[in-house]
Order: sequence, then structure tokens, then C-alpha cells
Amino acid sequence: MITVSTTADRERAVVGGPPPGAGDPRPRRRRRRGFNVLGALGAGGWFVLVAVPLYFLFVTSLRASSAYLAEGPLALPAELTVDNYLRVLGSDFPRYFLNNVLVAAACVAIVLVLALPAAYGIVRSRSRWVARGFSVMLLGLAVPAQAVIVPLYLMVTQLRLYDTLLAVILPTAAFALPLAVVVLTSSLRDIPNELFEAATLDGAGPARTLVSLVLPLARPGLATIGIFTALQAWNGFLFPLVLTQDASVRVLTLGLWDYQGQYGTNVPLITAAVVLSLLPLLVVYLLGRRYLLAGLTAGAGR
Amino acid sequence: MSAATSRAGRPGFVWVAPALAFFALFALVPMVVVVFLSFTAYDGLNPPQWVGLDNWARLGADPLFAESLWLSFGLTAASWVLQTAVALPLGVWLARRGRTRAILAAIFFVPLLMSSAAIAVLWGTLLDPNFGLAGVLGPLVGIADGNVIGNSRFAFAAVVLVIGWQYMPFHTLLYQAAARAIPVQLYDAARVDGAGRWRTFVSITVPQLRDTIITSGVLIVVGSMTTFEVVLILTEGGPGTATRILPLHMYLTGFRSFDMGYASALAVVLLVLGTALSLLIARVTGYRKMASQREGL
Repeated sequence: MITVSTTADRERAVVGGPPPGAGDPRPRRRRRRGFNVLGALGAGGWFVLVAVPLYFLFVTSLRASSAYLAEGPLALPAELTVDNYLRVLGSDFPRYFLNNVLVAAACVAIVLVLALPAAYGIVRSRSRWVARGFSVMLLGLAVPAQAVIVPLYLMVTQLRLYDTLLAVILPTAAFALPLAVVVLTSSLRDIPNELFEAATLDGAGPARTLVSLVLPLARPGLATIGIFTALQAWNGFLFPLVLTQDASVRVLTLGLWDYQGQYGTNVPLITAAVVLSLLPLLVVYLLGRRYLLAGLTAGAGR
Repeated sequence: MSAATSRAGRPGFVWVAPALAFFALFALVPMVVVVFLSFTAYDGLNPPQWVGLDNWARLGADPLFAESLWLSFGLTAASWVLQTAVALPLGVWLARRGRTRAILAAIFFVPLLMSSAAIAVLWGTLLDPNFGLAGVLGPLVGIADGNVIGNSRFAFAAVVLVIGWQYMPFHTLLYQAAARAIPVQLYDAARVDGAGRWRTFVSITVPQLRDTIITSGVLIVVGSMTTFEVVLILTEGGPGTATRILPLHMYLTGFRSFDMGYASALAVVLLVLGTALSLLIARVTGYRKMASQREGL
């Protein structure tokens, strides 16, 4: 578990931070230049726009629907209840949740198993074909899922995978793969050449090198792409929307949309479902914010 | 391949092949197939029938295509302006240390965890004129009945705002990380020269964030051209066709009207536009030749 303060200390030690803040040896002098009124106003304004919907989300989910209608959406609730949560948990929600877990776990497994050898090959191979393969992966970063959804539908129905979890898992994993390979490749490039040479001198082949040298050193990179893939899969919408139909294989995102249609007037119930769908990520966010944010921004460093 | 594997313990193409094959099967092959399908009539049940250029000819005659194209461009431009205008200064502000900023940042970034569907459903209830917040706040901003979603003038703005709400934290995060990497000497030098806060921001911070402005811009452009979940859940393209952006037009054509041949032609347009726009941005801004940024250090 990484706490906020160690993260900050670490980063401060590395980059120093731009305009000096807490890490500045002369914070007093800085203070005298005046409070950043414009910055604080802007941040405050945006804070209201972010915080009010979130307040609405959490508080409403804990209110009885009759009280919600009587008191109004933003009022401080007179009493709190977990009835909405119990009702959501008593519906099909647990099944959607389980489907989501299965999809996310399978996608992460596929991506890790395929990306690690690929990244290792790209970093260490001298083959021209590997370089070409890497270019293809880089190109693949730009392919939007929307552009290929019609042919994917055709393929999935031809393969008789329509309305199965596999129909969601395979394309989701495939679309997370190029970024995973690119991110992992750049993290494997940090492994010193001497280590590889030493392994070769010891008579280790590529498989042995991968398992005993690369795998232990690649853990942070693997964590990043694992989180990135899990997030993609957890929040995925287009593939399940087009490639599944039955409630037995429905995932959370589609389930939420379904709740909106079904219980449109029962706002507290809908917000409870939204909170429950968000809960696992919220827990991860609280425990390991640094890893989660690294996974989220994995795509931007290219 | 065998020559490469034997080269002193180095891995060969076989190590990359599985990942490449898997990706090709589900992303590259469909890219070729979508071009093929754009020359066919396909209803999702019967095998595709070759119809030549029919679908492509229809593009010119489809008023919805032109409208959805403009709406997509509009959404892209508005998203870029809104998201950059908020995310850049906010990211720079959050880059400095301090307890208040750390706590605010933790809340700012919560929308990052939510799926498009969760965000759209949340905002759908918030903007519901009868049961949400819009009935309370609408009159204050000049919408008497609070029906933002049902009003063709405001629905588009609502979509831009909700998509901004979803993605701004991500771009703020990018700017925060980039602002933290700006060499502190530059600020020291500016202070010695007596530069004020605004001058420092314009002359040092913004130029130093150039890479990030481009990266974030490309991501916003590509993202806005292809997003549609939020719009689908929030407005279904309505009222009328007021928010029927291109990806949504494609989805509704393909999977509601089951006119998948024509939807494929729309998808090809989408693919070409997204790629061309991001290449254009990279070219115009000279993304690849900016080595001189750290000059004088």
C-alpha cells in the first residue's frame, strides 16, 4: 500500500516540482508573492462542478425514494438507509458484477501472457520482422473500436460466439494489447544490457532469460498494463453492447443503462447501482492511487 | 526465423507472433473487412451482397450524414476548447504541493474511475427535468422547464459538458505530471528577472507544456470523433437529430436499422477522419522536431 506522502516525497526527490511548494527550502518567501486568487477561484469553481454530482450520487443512493422526492435532490437527508443497495443486490446486479469480474480477469490474463513475450522479443530481438511487428502495434494504437464494430459483429456471429462472454473478452483484450506492448516495451528497455549478456554467458536461452531475469524486473510495468487492461474491460461498453444480448451475459455498464430504463423514476435506486459498479475501483483508488493513476495515463506517454 | 532464434540467446519473431496474430485477428482483419463491407448490402442476418459504390453514393445524398459530420466536428472543437481551458491551468495549479491541493486532487480524479455508462446514467438522472437537479437549477440559467436534454438548443451543450466532466480529470492529470517535470531553474531565472505570475505562466509554463498540449489535443480529437456511449445513453442523438454525432449515426444505422453495409461506409469515414486529424495535428505542430525545447539549460 502506497500512501500519498511517500509518493509525493519520491516525486519531489526526483523532479523537484516546478514552482516550489512544500519541498521548497524557502516557502515563506514564496508566500509573500501573494495568494493565487485566480487559480483558487478556478479550482474552486471546478471543484463545485465535480463535487456536487458526486455528493448527489453518494447521498441520493442512501435515501429512501419517498424522502428524495419530498426533500429535493440536494437537501441534506433527514435519515439514511441502505434499502436501495439491498434492492439492487437482490436484483440481477450480482450476476452482472460477476460477469464483469470474469471479463476483466480474462482480459488481464490474455494481455499479460501475450504482451510480456512480445515486449521481450521487441526489446532484445535483432530480427527485422520483429521491428515490423512493432510498427504494426504502434499503428494499431490509432484504430478506434467503433470503426471495426460491424465486421467484428460479422466475425463473432460466424464463429458462433455471439451472446457469450468470450465475444466480449477477445476483442476487449485485443484492443488493450497494442498499448500494453508499447508500455511494457518502454519499461523493459530500462533493463541494463549487461544483465542480458550475463544471462546469455550463463547459457540461458530466451525462455530461461524471460522467466528468471525479465519477469521479476518487469513487475511494475506488468502492474501498470494489468490495471490499464482491467479498467478498459471493467468500463467497456461498445463490445458488450453489440456482441451480447442476453441478461445472463450482461456486464455492469449495460446493466446500469438497463436500470435507468427500468427504474427511471426511482433515482435513489439508480444511484445505488452506479455506486456499487464503481465500488471496486474506488477501493483500489484508496489503496493504491499511484498505481491506478499510472495505469490510467499509460496511454499518454507514447 | 530460425536464424534469429539461434543468434546467441536472443528471442526471435516467434516471441512476438502470438500477440501480433491475436491483435491482427480482432483489429487489423476487421479493418480490411469493414472496407469490403462498405461495398455490400448487409442486414446482419443474410450474407453480404456486393452492391458496388451504392453505399458511398448514398453518403452524398444523406442529410443526416452531413449533419452528423458537422456535429462531430463541433463536438471535437468545443471539447478541445473546454477541456484544455480547464485542464491546463488546473493541472498546473495542482502540480504544486500542499495539503489542500492534494485533497482537492483526490476528489477531482474520482470521475476517472467511472465508466462512460455510469457517468451518462448519473448525469441522465441529474438532468432529468422531473426527478433530477435540472428542475431546480434550470430556471436559474434561463431554462424555465429545466428540460435541458429535451431542448435542441441546450442538449448539445449538455453533451459537451458531460463529456468534458468525464475526460477533464484525465487531461488535468497529464498536465499535472508535465508541469511537475518543468525544470525549476526556469522559474528561478524568471523570478530573478522580476517576472510576475501571469508572465511566468505565459512565457515559461505554457511553452514548456507544448508536448503535453499536443498529446492531450490528439487524444481529445480522436476521442471526441469516436465517442458515443455518453450521447447514446444521455440523448440517443435527440431531440430529433440535434446530438446525432457521426459514431452514433453509424451505430444507429448499423445496429438499430440493420443497414450494416452503409454503416460500414460511415465507419470507414470515421476511421479515415480520426487518423487524418491526428496526423494533421502532429504535422502542423511539428510534434517530431522539438528537440530545442530545453535549449539554454
